[in-house]
Amino acid sequence: MRDRIASLRQHVLARHLLLALVGLLVVVVVVESVSDYRNTQLASMAYLGIAAGGLTVLTGINGQLSLGHGALMAIGAYTSALLLPDRDASVPLTLVVLAATAVTLVVGAVVGLAAARLHGPYLAGATLALAVAVPGIALYFKETFGGEQGIRVVMPDIPVWVLDAVFFVTGQDLTRSRFTAYIGWLTLIVVFVLLANLSAGRTGRRWRAVRDDEVSAELAGIDLGRARVSAFMVSAAAAGAAGAILAFTVKLAAPSAFTLTLSLTLLAAIVLGGLGSLAGALIGAALLTFLPSVVTDAGRSAGLSDIQAAELAPLVYGLVMVLVILLAPTGIVGSLRSAALRGRARRRTTSPTTTPKGTAA
Amino acid sequence: MTRHIRGGVPLLTALATTLALTACGAGGRDGSDGGGGAPADPGVTDDTVTIGGSFPLTGVAAPGYSEIPTGAKAYFDHVNAQGGVHGRQIEYIVKDDGYNPTTTSTVTNELVLKDEVFATVGSLGTPTQASVADYLNDEGVPQLMVSSGSLQWGDDVDNRPLTFGWQPDYESEGKIIGQWVAENMPDARVGLFLQDDDLGEDAEKGVRQYVDDQIVAVERYTSGNTDVAPQISGLQAKKADLVLAFNTPSYTALSQLVALKTGYEPQWFYANIGSDPALVGSLLERFSEGAVAGSSAALDGVMTTEYIPGIDSTDDPWVQLWQQVWDEQGGDGELTNYRIYGMSQAYAFVQALEAAGEDLTREGLVAAIEEGGTEWEGPQLAPFRYSADSHMGISGMRIVELEGGVGEPLTEVLVTDIGDAEITADDSGQADDSPPENGVPGS
Repeated sequence: MRDRIASLRQHVLARHLLLALVGLLVVVVVVESVSDYRNTQLASMAYLGIAAGGLTVLTGINGQLSLGHGALMAIGAYTSALLLPDRDASVPLTLVVLAATAVTLVVGAVVGLAAARLHGPYLAGATLALAVAVPGIALYFKETFGGEQGIRVVMPDIPVWVLDAVFFVTGQDLTRSRFTAYIGWLTLIVVFVLLANLSAGRTGRRWRAVRDDEVSAELAGIDLGRARVSAFMVSAAAAGAAGAILAFTVKLAAPSAFTLTLSLTLLAAIVLGGLGSLAGALIGAALLTFLPSVVTDAGRSAGLSDIQAAELAPLVYGLVMVLVILLAPTGIVGSLRSAALRGRARRRTTSPTTTPKGTAA
Repeated sequence: MTRHIRGGVPLLTALATTLALTACGAGGRDGSDGGGGAPADPGVTDDTVTIGGSFPLTGVAAPGYSEIPTGAKAYFDHVNAQGGVHGRQIEYIVKDDGYNPTTTSTVTNELVLKDEVFATVGSLGTPTQASVADYLNDEGVPQLMVSSGSLQWGDDVDNRPLTFGWQPDYESEGKIIGQWVAENMPDARVGLFLQDDDLGEDAEKGVRQYVDDQIVAVERYTSGNTDVAPQISGLQAKKADLVLAFNTPSYTALSQLVALKTGYEPQWFYANIGSDPALVGSLLERFSEGAVAGSSAALDGVMTTEYIPGIDSTDDPWVQLWQQVWDEQGGDGELTNYRIYGMSQAYAFVQALEAAGEDLTREGLVAAIEEGGTEWEGPQLAPFRYSADSHMGISGMRIVELEGGVGEPLTEVLVTDIGDAEITADDSGQADDSPPENGVPGS
């Protein structure tokens, strides 16, 4: 039995699935035990987390910079909004998420083809253009995309079997915000398992090889363009799924939600959390979701006026950013990881005679 | 051995969590079974009523607009100092949405679920409030006196029974301006300068009812794009000598700057929303980096409309009340037209609370506004249109010409409604009323 568990640990997919299962249980416990308001915050954290997860794979593992992920989220959100025009829309939400992902994947492929030829500032420039252009498209085709007002997303009624199943498991009635939080986090778990698996396997090794040294990668027989385009497509697909969750949470797809600021925010999240780490992306998303309201509330209870308290949030956020870059340039997860490695190394050097078997016991 | 133990940890955690979960679920059900009796609506106690609103306190839309809630708050503090309404103190929670509908949805969730407000009052913006209108109506939270002139707050009572507008809608404003132009400047070559959203669309609909054949050019700009040179040149090329502009204050300043550069000198007519002389003056100075003096005189000779007395009418008893309230309860800074806007709105909400009576419920409040709203006397120059069929706000305005930041009336107060409703002179006497002694309605 123990041997079997041991082999399970070595098996990448099994390990990720196990982690996902644990994650799922944690999600259920958390979602069930917090208030409706916290659940809407959790749903926001889920879509930021999904998008940041996709971006961290692209930037951290493949070394491509994207300032256009906000625009890719917009594509996912608008796809979902078009599929959910009124309460009678019979498209199941799973299909909506899949459709949003697929459409964004196609767009990601097109953009990725162009992006694969570009480097550094040029790539940043091209994706920046995407971030600026996509909201413009929504404004231009007013009939289809609703212009400045955007299109409303009408969430269908929660299916009865879901209500029954949730009540059976948790003994609580399922509210709408709880339902949205569940959808967000289930999607996040699925996306993260897929991303983790991809980057742990052969595809991920290729992406890293391309990031570290193009010439060596090419000598090793890796098609640079194909690796770059595939990384961009995967990342775009994640952004599309995030866009769908955003649409479910906010119940609106409007151009002013997908400004350049959103793309930069996502980039900030992965830098804060630690480039290339999915856990880091999640931590970054959590900071982005919870920090502003915590800071604003603190400011207000410290006697600041509403306007001052509102201005405090971006200030503190900026300071945290500067501090992380100065004190922990590899991000929060990166710093924790290197601290752990250092600790392990120190233990090894101070007690060289102890065998690994001895330390475990 | 190490491996075995570590591998077991997730499984153990899973097991433990499952157990915890089961315990949790059972606890929840017990909780929901408890409690009884008819609870009061959220946000109301015997001595308080909590309301909220979301405004752009930061970001590009903040200049000017962020002052509205400070005015409203000062007025609520004034009412609270007089003992509140029916013995209830008004607690006003203001949230920042940065004029981003996604954030509006987040902070509105916070207002409804965490702060448990009784209603939202005065929340600002068309795209922002549109994103939460259905949510608020589904949750049963009244969305009162939205700070926007879009038609959607008042013309769809069946679908949004809890949403109310406040200021005159852009279509009515367009109609009143259009009729005035048709009667007084029948030979003018009219150019339209429009923001490309509800504001421009609704207004154009109104204007075209009267001066369709006089219009020689229509130019639209997208909010956010600060280069309006092509639009202004377009108007100039078609030789428009009267420009009717429906835009926000920043674009008043931008269009004036471009016109100065290209030597274009038509008669300008800005809609109320974009014509605050003090704000436009300061924006002009900022955008031109000091090249244009930022005084209120920058808009001399420009025509606009007004529906509440502003800072320039120092003799108006309402403005004197606002000045007194601001001196006593206000924070930093001077009284501005935006603060007056917030106070005027707050006054109407206090009237609604007053009318809803001792037993305050959401249903009762909405019914009180629908029944009595048209009769309320307040700072607005023309009466509200509130009824069971319409939740539209103020019904009219007068046309004024700006001179040294002061509006000189060109017409009496004209009232109308959306669609093909006639434009008539207002006979309600709203423009000549004055506030009660202590500045609190109905007490």
